[in-house]
Amino acid sequence: MEFSELIKTATVEDVLLSRQGLPDVRGTLCITSHHLLLSSRPRGDLELWLLIRNVDAVEKRVCGSSGSITLRCKDLKVLQLEIPGTEECLNVASSIEALSSVDSVMMLYPFFHRPPSLRLRQGWHPCAPERLFQQLAAQTSRWRLSAVNRDFSACPSYPPAVIVPAAVADDTVAKAARFRQGGRFPVLSYFHAKNGTALLRSSQPLPGPKRRRCLEDEQLLGTVVAEGERGVIVDTRSAQAAKQARVSGGGTEPRSCYPRWQRLHRALERGRPLQESFARLVEACGEPAPSVERWLGRLESSRWLGHVKAALSTACLAAQCLDREGCSVLVHGAEGTDTTLLVTALAQLILQPACRTLEGFQALLEREWIQAGHPFQLRCARSAASPARGKREAPVFLLFLDCVWQLSRQFPFSLEFGEQLLLTLFDNAYASAYGTFLCNSEKERRLCRLRERTPSLWARLEQPEEKHKYLNPLYSHNPLPLWPCVQPQGIQLWHGFFLRWIRPCRHLDEAWEEMRRLVQGDKSSLEEGEGKGRAGPSPRLGHGTHAETGTGQGPGVGLG
Amino acid sequence: MEHIRTTKVEQVKLLDRFSTSNKSLTGTLYLTATHLLFIDSSQRETWILHHHIAAVEKLPLTTSGCPLVIQCKNFRIVHFVVPRERDCHDIYNSLLQLSRTAKYEELYAFSYNPKQNESEQVKGWQLIDLAEEYKRMGVPNDYWQLSDANRDYKICETYPRELYVPRTASKPIIVGSSKFRSKGRFPVLSYYHKNKEAAICRCSQPLSGFSARCLEDEHMLQAISKANPSNRYMYVMDTRPKLNAMANRAAGKGYENEDNYSNIRFQFVGIENIHVMRSSLQKLLEVSGTRGLSVNDFLSGLENSGWLRHIKAVLDAAVFLAKAIAVESASVLVHCSDGWDRTSQVCSLGALLLDSYYRTIKGFMVLIEKDWISFGHKFSDRCCQLDGDPKEISPVFTQFLESVWNLTEQFPQAFEYNEAFLLQIHEHVHSCQFGNFLGNCQKEREELKLKEKTYSLWPFLLSEQKKYQNPLYNPDFSPELTLLEPNTVSFNFKFWRNMYHQFDRSMHPRQSVFNLIMNTSEQNKQLEEDIKELEAKIKQRNGRSDVVLVKEQEQTAHPAPVALKSPPCFQKEQPPLPVNDAVRTIEGSNTADNRYSELVSEFSKAEPAVVSLEYGVARMTC
Repeated sequence: MEFSELIKTATVEDVLLSRQGLPDVRGTLCITSHHLLLSSRPRGDLELWLLIRNVDAVEKRVCGSSGSITLRCKDLKVLQLEIPGTEECLNVASSIEALSSVDSVMMLYPFFHRPPSLRLRQGWHPCAPERLFQQLAAQTSRWRLSAVNRDFSACPSYPPAVIVPAAVADDTVAKAARFRQGGRFPVLSYFHAKNGTALLRSSQPLPGPKRRRCLEDEQLLGTVVAEGERGVIVDTRSAQAAKQARVSGGGTEPRSCYPRWQRLHRALERGRPLQESFARLVEACGEPAPSVERWLGRLESSRWLGHVKAALSTACLAAQCLDREGCSVLVHGAEGTDTTLLVTALAQLILQPACRTLEGFQALLEREWIQAGHPFQLRCARSAASPARGKREAPVFLLFLDCVWQLSRQFPFSLEFGEQLLLTLFDNAYASAYGTFLCNSEKERRLCRLRERTPSLWARLEQPEEKHKYLNPLYSHNPLPLWPCVQPQGIQLWHGFFLRWIRPCRHLDEAWEEMRRLVQGDKSSLEEGEGKGRAGPSPRLGHGTHAETGTGQGPGVGLG
Repeated sequence: MEHIRTTKVEQVKLLDRFSTSNKSLTGTLYLTATHLLFIDSSQRETWILHHHIAAVEKLPLTTSGCPLVIQCKNFRIVHFVVPRERDCHDIYNSLLQLSRTAKYEELYAFSYNPKQNESEQVKGWQLIDLAEEYKRMGVPNDYWQLSDANRDYKICETYPRELYVPRTASKPIIVGSSKFRSKGRFPVLSYYHKNKEAAICRCSQPLSGFSARCLEDEHMLQAISKANPSNRYMYVMDTRPKLNAMANRAAGKGYENEDNYSNIRFQFVGIENIHVMRSSLQKLLEVSGTRGLSVNDFLSGLENSGWLRHIKAVLDAAVFLAKAIAVESASVLVHCSDGWDRTSQVCSLGALLLDSYYRTIKGFMVLIEKDWISFGHKFSDRCCQLDGDPKEISPVFTQFLESVWNLTEQFPQAFEYNEAFLLQIHEHVHSCQFGNFLGNCQKEREELKLKEKTYSLWPFLLSEQKKYQNPLYNPDFSPELTLLEPNTVSFNFKFWRNMYHQFDRSMHPRQSVFNLIMNTSEQNKQLEEDIKELEAKIKQRNGRSDVVLVKEQEQTAHPAPVALKSPPCFQKEQPPLPVNDAVRTIEGSNTADNRYSELVSEFSKAEPAVVSLEYGVARMTC
C-alpha cells in the first residue's frame, strides 16, 4: 500500500480552522502521509501540525458550495475545518479517514519519525523484569529470574524473562502456564521488602466446568506462601462473574486446592462498558452550557468516577494486605492484561517510593503495562468519539492515569512528576510519534523490531528541555505509603484531562507558575518555565517554529 | 450553669464518622458553661462551643453504651458513645438547654473576654469605618449625598442610620418611596463605581399589588437613573424567580411595572427563597454525612439537593449585575422580597467582581460590614443565634462565602485571603463569640450596646492574618476597577469539601500545598532579612574600609535562598504558622508524610498516628 493512494487531495487553499478557546486560522491545508498541516495565509507565519493518527472521528457536512469537517481527536480536542468546494471537502475527509485507520503497525509514523536529537535504540529499557530482579536479588533469594518464556512459548504476552519462585523449576512453570488463560502464569510483580511479602499477577486459572486441577499451578502458588502464612487472591471480577467464567473454561482457585490462599472479589469494570463510560463522560464534558443538574446527572450516569474509586480502593486493598496484613497477594481478573495490571501498578505506586520518581514511574509503566502485555494497540485504537465502536477498545490505561492523578492531588509533594506527564502519556498511548506504546506484547514488538526502527518516548522525555516540563516543583521524597482517601468526596473529576481543551485555564496556569517560582525561590525558572505546558502551543504559535510540542506529535506545533 | 448536671464523664468514646471499622478514641468528656470538651487518651482536645450546636440526638442504646450525636452549625458532626445511659441523658439534657439561648445577653460574646482594655476594645470596633468606605468609592459627589432621613431609624428600622441617595431625591420622595416598599426599605446606594459613574442600589419589593403605583417611588428610581450621567437607562433586578414575584402581588407586594417607570429594564434572575435554600442544604448534608457512600449516590444526592444550582444562580446574578455596570455603565437596582437576603448576596458579590479592594482581607471585612451587617441581613434569625422560629434559619451567608470560594478557585491569584479566612468567618458568624454578627439589624445592635459589651471579630482576624493570606496573591492581577469575569459553566461548581467536611480529616488531601508555599515564602522573607541584618552588622563592625569582606560575606550568604528548595533543612528557624485553636486545624493532614509532619509538628500533634484504612480488609474475615 502506498500512502499516496489514500490521499485524494493533497492541498486545499483558503481553509478556515476553528478550535475551542483559540482564535481561528485561515490558510492552506496540506495532507501528508502522517500529518495534517495548516499554514496560515497570507503571511505563512503560523504552521499547525496534527498527527493524523490522532484523529478519532471525522464528521463532514456539505452546505452549498463549501463544506465543513469536524475532527474529533483522540486527545479530546475538536477541530473544525471550513473548506471551500464540496469535492475537496469530501476528498479531505475521506483521506483523513483512510490515513487515520491504517491497520499495519509498520506504516505508522514512529517508523518514519527520525527526530534529529534522538538516536534510535536510545531509551529502550533493557528487559524490565531483569532490572527489577537485580534489586530483588540483594533482598531475597526466594525468587529467581526464569527464561522459561525465552521464545514466548509458555506465554505469548509475557516478556522473555519473568520472575518466579526460586523453588519452582521451569518445567513446572511451563505446565502451570497451560492452566492459565493465555498462558499467563503467576509471576512476581513487586516484592515488598519491608516484610517480605510479594505481589503476583496472572490470568484466571482454567478449571472449567469440570473443575480441573493443575498440581503444578498449586505447587507454584503453594511455595509463595509458607506454612502458617496467608495469601490473598484479589479477583477483579465479581464472585458471580468468576463463577460464570467456568462455563467457558475459566474460573477461580478453589479454597480446597489452594488452602493457604483466601479469595476476595472486587469487581472492576473493563472492556466495552468502560469504553462507553469514557465516551459518555467526554460527551457530557462537551455539552456547551448544561444546567448544574444536567451536568451532575451526566457525570453520574457516565459512572467514570465510580470506576476510579473502585480501582483505587482495590489497589489499596492489595497494598494493605501486603503492608499491613503481611500477606502475599495474587491479582488476576480474566485475561490478566487489564484490570490486573491496573491494580498491581497502582499498588506499587502506593507502597513503593521508588515508583514515584519520573524515572521510577517510567520503569513501572514499562514493567507493569508495556512488557506485562497490556494490549495497547487493541485497547487504544479508538478514543471516546469514534463512531466505530470496536469490542477490544477500553480505556484501562486512562483509568490508571486518572487514579495516579487522584494520588497526585491528595499527595501533592509525593510524586516527582506532574499532570503534564500523565497527559503526555495518554496522548502517546493513543497516537504517537514514538514506538513505545505500539503493539500488544513484547513478542509483537520484537517481530516489528521496534527498538531498532522507532524512536523511544522515554528517550524523548529524558531530554532536559522536555524533562523539566514534567517535573513537580513541590516534590520531595516521601518514604511512606500513600493511602488515599477513596470516599466520593475525595475523588475529583480530572478537569485537566477531560476539560483540557474546554475550560479556560490561563489563571490556573499563571497561579501554577507563581507557585513554582515561590517554591523554587528562583526567578530565572520563569524564563524557561512553560507552565504545565498545557497552554504550551499558544504562545509559540506566532513563530512558526519547528520545535516539538509537549504532546510530541511530530514536527511543528501541534494543532491545539 | 444551672443546666449542667454532670460536668465530667469518663470512658467516653468518640467515633470516627467515616470509619467502617468502628474505630474510636476513648477519653473524658467535660461540660463547661460555654463549651463541650473532649480530651482523648493522647491528650488531644476537641472543643465544641455550645452555640455551635445545631442538634443533639440520642440514639438507641447499644452494647457499648449510649450513643450521642451532635451536629454543629459549622458542619462538624461528633458521635460519642457514653458508657452509662444516665450520664448520656444528663449531658443530652444539658446540651439541649445550653445550645438554646433565649436572650442575647446570655450569648458567649457577652462573657467572652480577650484581655483587651477598653481603648483597645473601642479601637477594635473602629477598625472598619463605613463612612471611610463610601469616601473611598467616591461619594458624596455631585450626584450622590448622605441622607439624614433615617438618622433616628424613623423611616426604616432595619437600615443603618447613614444612607446615600441621589442628590435629587428629596426627603418627601424618600419618605413616599419607603412607604411603597416592603419594610420601608427604599432604594439606597450600596456601591458606587467611580470610573463608570454607575451605582448598585438596593431596596425591597414594591407594594405594587396588581396595579398600585407610587409617584415618589417612580421619582426615586428616576433620580437614581439620572444620577448616572453616562447611561440613560437603569436595570431593576428582581432576584426572585418570576413565579414567586407574581405570587407576591396577591399579597399587595410584587415587582415594578416597566410601564410606570421610565427608562428601566426589568429583569428576573431566579434565586430561590430562604426555605428552598434551607431544605437544599439539609439534603446536601444528608448525602455528605452518609457512610459508605458510592460515587453515584454522592453525585445523584448532590444533584437532587440542588445546592450547586443555587450557588450558580447566585453567582450568575452577580455576574449579570457586574457586567451591567462595567460593560454598559448602567446603574442597577437590586431587590428581592425584603431586600436582606438575596439582595445582600447579589450586591456584595457584584461589588466583589467589580472592585479588587473587596478581594483584600480588609476590603472583605468592609464588604461584609456594609452589605450584610449594616443593611440588616438577619444574622440572628438566619443563624439561629437565639431559640426562635426554625423557619427563619437559612444558609444565605454560607452561600455567599461559597460563591466567593468558587471565585478563589477560578482566580487563584486574585484574592489576598484564602479558604481558611472564609471558613473562619463562617465559624464566627455562628459562634456568637464576637459582637459583629449578633442581632438582626443596626438598631438592635445599638440597643444591645454591643460596642461596649462585646468585642469585634475583625481585629482578632487581622492579628492572625498570616493564617489567612493567600501566598499566590498578586495585587497586580487585576488593577483597581477591572471586572473579574468568572466562568459560570456548570462544571466549575464543585462540592466544597473543606467547608462541609472541615472536621473530617480523613477526607482532606494528605499534604497541603498551601502550607508548603506559605512556609517557604515565610522562610524566604526571614532569610532575606537575616542576610540584610548580617550585612548591616558586618558593615558596622568593619567600617567602610573592608568592602572586600562584605563581598565575601555576600557570597556565603547568597546560597541560602537556593537551599530553600528543601524546607526541611530549616526546621529550627521555621516558625510554624500559628494555629492557636486546637479544634480548628483545617490544614491538610500530614499523617502519611513524616518529614512534613516533623516540619509542622507544632500543629500536627493533634493528628492520629495512623490513617484510617477503609479499603475492605475489615470484611476479610470470611
